[in-house]
Amino acid sequence: MDVLDIARWQFGITTVYHFLMVPLTLGLGVLVAVMHTMWVRTDKPEWLRMTRFWGRIYLINFVLGVATGLVQEFQFGLAWSEYSRFVCDVFGSLLALEALLAFFLESTFLGLWIFGWGRIPKKVHLASLWAAVLGSVVSAYFIIAANSWMQHPVGVVTDDATGRPLQVDFLAVLTNNTALAAFSHAIVAALMVAGALLVGIGLWHLRKRELAGAATTDVDHAVWRRSVRLGGVVSLAAFVLVALTGDLQGKLMYEQQPLKMSSAEALCETEAPAPFSLFAFGKLGSNECDDVHSWTIPYLLSYLAHGDFSTAVPGVDELQQEYAAVYGATYPDDPSFGDKAGEPIDYTPVLAVTYWGFRLMIGMGLTSAAVAAYALWSTRTVRVPTSRVGVHGSLLAVAAPFVANAAGWVFTEMGRQPFVVYPNPDVAVGEQVYFFTAQAVSPGITAAEVWTSLIALTAVYGALAVVELWLIVRFVRRGVPTRDGAPTPGPTPDGTPDADLPGGRDATDDVLSFAY
Amino acid sequence: MDLQTLWFAAVAVLWTGFLLLEGFDFGVAALLPVLGRRTADRHLMLRSIGPLWDGNEVWLITAAGAVFAAFPGWYATWLPVLYLPFVLVLFGLIIRAVAFEWRHSHHTERWDSAWTQVITTGSLIAAAGIGAALGATTLGLPIDADGNRVGGPFAGLGWPALLGAVAVLGFSLVHGAVFLALKTDGPVRLAARAFARRWSPVAALPLLGWAGLVQLRSGTLATGVLWLVAALAVVVASARIRVDREGQAFTAWAVVLLGAAATVFGAGYPVVVPSTIDPAFDVTIADASVSDYTLTVMTWAAGIGLPVVLGYQAWTYWVFRKRLSAEPEPHAPAEPVAS
Repeated sequence: MDVLDIARWQFGITTVYHFLMVPLTLGLGVLVAVMHTMWVRTDKPEWLRMTRFWGRIYLINFVLGVATGLVQEFQFGLAWSEYSRFVCDVFGSLLALEALLAFFLESTFLGLWIFGWGRIPKKVHLASLWAAVLGSVVSAYFIIAANSWMQHPVGVVTDDATGRPLQVDFLAVLTNNTALAAFSHAIVAALMVAGALLVGIGLWHLRKRELAGAATTDVDHAVWRRSVRLGGVVSLAAFVLVALTGDLQGKLMYEQQPLKMSSAEALCETEAPAPFSLFAFGKLGSNECDDVHSWTIPYLLSYLAHGDFSTAVPGVDELQQEYAAVYGATYPDDPSFGDKAGEPIDYTPVLAVTYWGFRLMIGMGLTSAAVAAYALWSTRTVRVPTSRVGVHGSLLAVAAPFVANAAGWVFTEMGRQPFVVYPNPDVAVGEQVYFFTAQAVSPGITAAEVWTSLIALTAVYGALAVVELWLIVRFVRRGVPTRDGAPTPGPTPDGTPDADLPGGRDATDDVLSFAY
Repeated sequence: MDLQTLWFAAVAVLWTGFLLLEGFDFGVAALLPVLGRRTADRHLMLRSIGPLWDGNEVWLITAAGAVFAAFPGWYATWLPVLYLPFVLVLFGLIIRAVAFEWRHSHHTERWDSAWTQVITTGSLIAAAGIGAALGATTLGLPIDADGNRVGGPFAGLGWPALLGAVAVLGFSLVHGAVFLALKTDGPVRLAARAFARRWSPVAALPLLGWAGLVQLRSGTLATGVLWLVAALAVVVASARIRVDREGQAFTAWAVVLLGAAATVFGAGYPVVVPSTIDPAFDVTIADASVSDYTLTVMTWAAGIGLPVVLGYQAWTYWVFRKRLSAEPEPHAPAEPVAS
């Protein structure tokens, strides 16, 4: 592999990995803040316990998101310096504003929340968690605005001297319709992740307690029951919104990146009305569209793309020719294109990835919604589910929205290839700003360097994933600390009461020591 | 003052703010095995920086983000030339961050001491690596006319990088010790004082040397005065810590950094990456900058955002201002146990 391919793998691996933490941070942050608010308002102990339990998971996960996010900011410069130079007038400022307006808020107030139990007034303490959550949401907005600008560059003109985009309208960049659609889609998808976690773990604990004959009147029961109900409602509501925002995004994408969407459908020829592909077979991997056949639902794709049942949807073959006519059939014979110089350009993304990525996203989202519905149904009135398949399935399905999120991003990013900055079709041909991925990589670095960092980062990330999962599983198994008849814990090495072990302390003490 | 100069100053302030704040948590983390003889002492040291380190680290993200945003030509030259060193810095920062949080997610002696060592190791790597990167970008990197590296993957790691690494480490160690003396009580406070007393003048020499070299290369009278201020502050800090005036010593040691960093950036201006191959290849703020429009947008955003950030970050420091002690406090069961 050349530097370009290794750098792409590195970006893909580190970004998908980072995005396992991000939706959980976003979604669970909101839900923990809701729990904390409920505790402040009602003073009911189960809300406090829930804040404590889910807050802990939130923090274990948060820190890994922060740590892997560092890599994101630096690798634009490290491996993609030509990209950084090209998009500099827009992209860098969004990252800087994200740090200034969001990361400070997030980290400072989260520190206050973690260490502030009992030190600052109760409401100020609660407000600090909301401030941290707001920081996460704002950061999501800025980074998605930056990404959406690559998908749909707005607010710029081409600088005649350098050939690079020159920002002329910052507000247009911030209100990019691509960004608004992607942001709302990502936020509700993050809530699905958090909802699924609450449902899966809550059901597992409910069933375990039920089988052990535990009381259904104590605080612990209330903790798990409320967790399941809250998670189920949030999941289902978020799923409806995910579908609506996804539909909106799909329609935009048909205008802005028709090739991405037609590839997602493996739609070779232009068809009117166009059918939606349910399942494709044939040689998807060959990337030759005509080798692919599908089972289809007639008319549906026309509706998804344009909102009616008749309009034509352009096929991959036709679009490929269109793009080749406008943007060139071969890469310019210029050293900045590296090994790709003079080679033919394939405007069709990797079909197997776009087609199955799209379906994996939808399928996993549906799975998650079904699990949420099951959870709400099986816990209706005062019921507790004891079905092994149902409960263990729900626990397993915690992974589903994570996979859906990752698949959605892989689809979106690989679907924009071979461009790293996609030409905006609203701008006249000739005045468009666009950039091929092949010219984006840093020219001065060697394959050995990128291999080293790729292997090192992947190894470290893998090791961290093992520890994170182990910590979370261990913590989840232990459940919320109870005060009922549990043994008194020994002191931790520093002589302070152990935060996580059950003990004979009162609830206030429990929460305070939760701080660390 | 034109916008490019203003943003050069802003970037300088961000890097200096980062070193000033994260400097003490780097220092405290590096001193864990030196000053923290007992487990309780190490936990006390970690508690002193627990609520603060993450907020401090955002200064790094913002500083790097501002370099990308305002001077992408600097960002896109600097990072690839020092590709592997920067990856190593990221590695240090990653393991350090997770160690802070994960250390107390499981309670055994071995787990605790292992993650404590990870915090120390990660902090040492990050401090040295960032120092090396800053030393290299202010003293010189082997770049050609296009800003690409001349030489192999380690060509950027010459004596300037080494000097920067030692300078940041030296500054941070004493900074962390004085911070601990100011912030804690008991054996840690005494040990931190003793450490600061022993090392305070010597540890600042690499930093003064670095600033002095930039001053000799391209300094002005004003930056020369700033260098003298830094040198004088070393003397004051050493004298004040010797009479146990911790607050004054901390302030003076901060002035050492402020003076030295102001010299480095002020004397370096307007060059952001000097080339060791040929001064004609130097990257200046004019070569590296984005458009005036984008700088104007960012000026507005930062003009409104930065004071707010400084306000709430200062408030956090105020909330956690209390001196900490390893001994359990009598009759205070409600005291947050934060270790």
